[in-house]
Amino acid sequence: MSNSIRVAFALTAAAAFAFAGPAAAQQKIKIGFISTFSGPQGVMGQYMKESVELAIEHLGGKVGGLPVEMVYGDDQVKPDVGVQVAEEMLKKQQVDFVSGIIWSNVMLAVVPVVTGAGKIMVGSNAGASPLAGSQCNKLYFSTSWNNDQTPEAMGKFLQDSNVNDLYVIAPNYQAGKDMVSGLKRYYKGRIVEENYTKLGQQDYQAEITQLRSKNPKAVFAFLPGGMGIQFLKQYDQAGLRDQLPLYTVYTVDEISIPAVKDAALGIYETRYWSPDLKNPANEKFVSDYKKKYGKLPVFYGAQAYDSIMLIDSGVKAVKGNLKDTNGMVAAMEKADFKSLRGPFQYNVNHHPIQNFYLLKTVKTANGDIEMHIQKTIFEKHKDSYYQECKMK
Amino acid sequence: MWSLLFEQTLNGLQFGVMLFLMAAGLTLVLGIMNVVNLAHGSLYMVGAYLTVAAFRWTGSYLLGVALGLGGTLVVGMIVEVVVLRALYPRDHLDQVLATFGLILFFNELVAIIWGRAALFASGPSWLSGHINLFTGSRYPMYRAAIIVVGLITAVILWYVVTRTRLGMLIRAGATNRTMVAALGINIRLLYTVVFGFGAALAGLAGLLAGPIYNVQPGMGELILIQVFVVIVIGGIGSIRGALVGAIIVGIVDTLGRAFLKPLLGTLISGPAAESAGPALASMLIYLLMAAVLAFKPQGLFPARGS
Repeated sequence: MSNSIRVAFALTAAAAFAFAGPAAAQQKIKIGFISTFSGPQGVMGQYMKESVELAIEHLGGKVGGLPVEMVYGDDQVKPDVGVQVAEEMLKKQQVDFVSGIIWSNVMLAVVPVVTGAGKIMVGSNAGASPLAGSQCNKLYFSTSWNNDQTPEAMGKFLQDSNVNDLYVIAPNYQAGKDMVSGLKRYYKGRIVEENYTKLGQQDYQAEITQLRSKNPKAVFAFLPGGMGIQFLKQYDQAGLRDQLPLYTVYTVDEISIPAVKDAALGIYETRYWSPDLKNPANEKFVSDYKKKYGKLPVFYGAQAYDSIMLIDSGVKAVKGNLKDTNGMVAAMEKADFKSLRGPFQYNVNHHPIQNFYLLKTVKTANGDIEMHIQKTIFEKHKDSYYQECKMK
Repeated sequence: MWSLLFEQTLNGLQFGVMLFLMAAGLTLVLGIMNVVNLAHGSLYMVGAYLTVAAFRWTGSYLLGVALGLGGTLVVGMIVEVVVLRALYPRDHLDQVLATFGLILFFNELVAIIWGRAALFASGPSWLSGHINLFTGSRYPMYRAAIIVVGLITAVILWYVVTRTRLGMLIRAGATNRTMVAALGINIRLLYTVVFGFGAALAGLAGLLAGPIYNVQPGMGELILIQVFVVIVIGGIGSIRGALVGAIIVGIVDTLGRAFLKPLLGTLISGPAAESAGPALASMLIYLLMAAVLAFKPQGLFPARGS
């Protein structure tokens, strides 16, 4: 290499450093967002990402007054991959916050990594009970719920409406059992059978035959994702939809409705949010989302939107000083932002104290199939684990 | 009780017929061409998607089915010519890797064209009713139609394999490939045709599955594992084995899900049966496969060697 070229290299390098200086001084905020973007579940991550992008648009491209850079990571529904992605975000990308995560098992693995690095984790779906109770953490916030709360609301509704002879169907894994125990915390009527099916099962005809032979008065189902789509189609084809009321949690939503259409009509869900919830922030979110993406948003997205807004409120409170972690935590505990679910408060375990509603799938005047709020089941509902949280 | 057993057996038969359509194509490809084709599930997915798209486009279910089947046949032949031909001399590991790559390719391709969300797929309105069973309960017409279509396909396949020249070549190819080629048969063309028809059978299973299952990228992988169990039980390369194996697996799986828990409840305590029942039911077909492998390692109806 000739000398002149060496000099040229040295000069370029020096110039690069000279420019790097001011660029680093100009502060920006980096947020890592982990979700599932590939495989059959990738559609949930897609809705979340779209909502995050809409949130940033609503904030004028800035979060907490700082220019924002989003780093998206795909956990592939695997805890080990989630941890790997989080570590890369923290070490290589130097993110200031981590948010997202759909699955409880991924969340339980990732939270210690993020909080261990001294950064704030804002969970925007998974509601693993240990994180609300014994493993709660000062640096962990949830913008969603604790897993048990949604089936608790359904249990309360079924109890209050004197439903009896309930048939229960859920996949045979931890969340399936948790949902049923959440239901039973409030529902005290008779359960004719609890049927735990294989996780990821496709065909429910055998279960439907079984269910019919037990003559229940109502059916409770927790069959998330593809399982729900299959169950709804088959329940409808078996001619049961009009005969036997179906009460579900995390089974019917704005992602599954377009895939089953009329087979979702008349089915009940419980939830803390719905596209038809009346408050200015939500109305703006839903109409802008429809305009931008041509479809209705789903609760996964609403939670993701809220996590960006929560981070925004925390960073604004410390005037963009991202080193002031305690100041941001204190501000975020106030939940001082326009949540899509309406105003709410944080419990001592950094989980929302919020309302839960009964939703029903209906056909609107122009033929669309949507979920509409029927009534409020719980007002300011606290999860059942916060007393085990020793955070102070 | 008997009527319940009858209905559950019918459910098992229907599931078995579905597995058979998948297994028939896979077992032919594995038995005759000696190729482990993991992408068979992708062809099932392609069949489902093409039919939904064609049904939407033409507005006629039967036309949709015809285009879906034809489309999958063509896709299968293209895959054979472009990818599999290079794999015949390679060992099974290379084939597994390459066809796994095909799975990823097709899943992403479908996601790019139709999106990641599950697609709405419906059967024809003339199959949306019910049949009244003599037991007094109702059975969805669509599922009854699946049983009929599956059994008709089985008869046609039986006829083609045992009574036609093509079938003779297929059987000969399964027994001794080198000899068939030495006798001057264009084995390349035979392979393309066999693979194409195997693909069309997978496509048929996929299009039948559309209205009851989930039409989504990756839908084929869920059923593929059970299909491999079927062909291992039935004997690789044997259509008869695929039919018997599929129906055994379908019925064992369904009856296990329905009756294992109450049966266990009479033997052991309630809560123990409550947790052991579902776990055991989901293992049942694999236990069955292990038992078959232990006593008849070639499967129930081996096509080759013996």
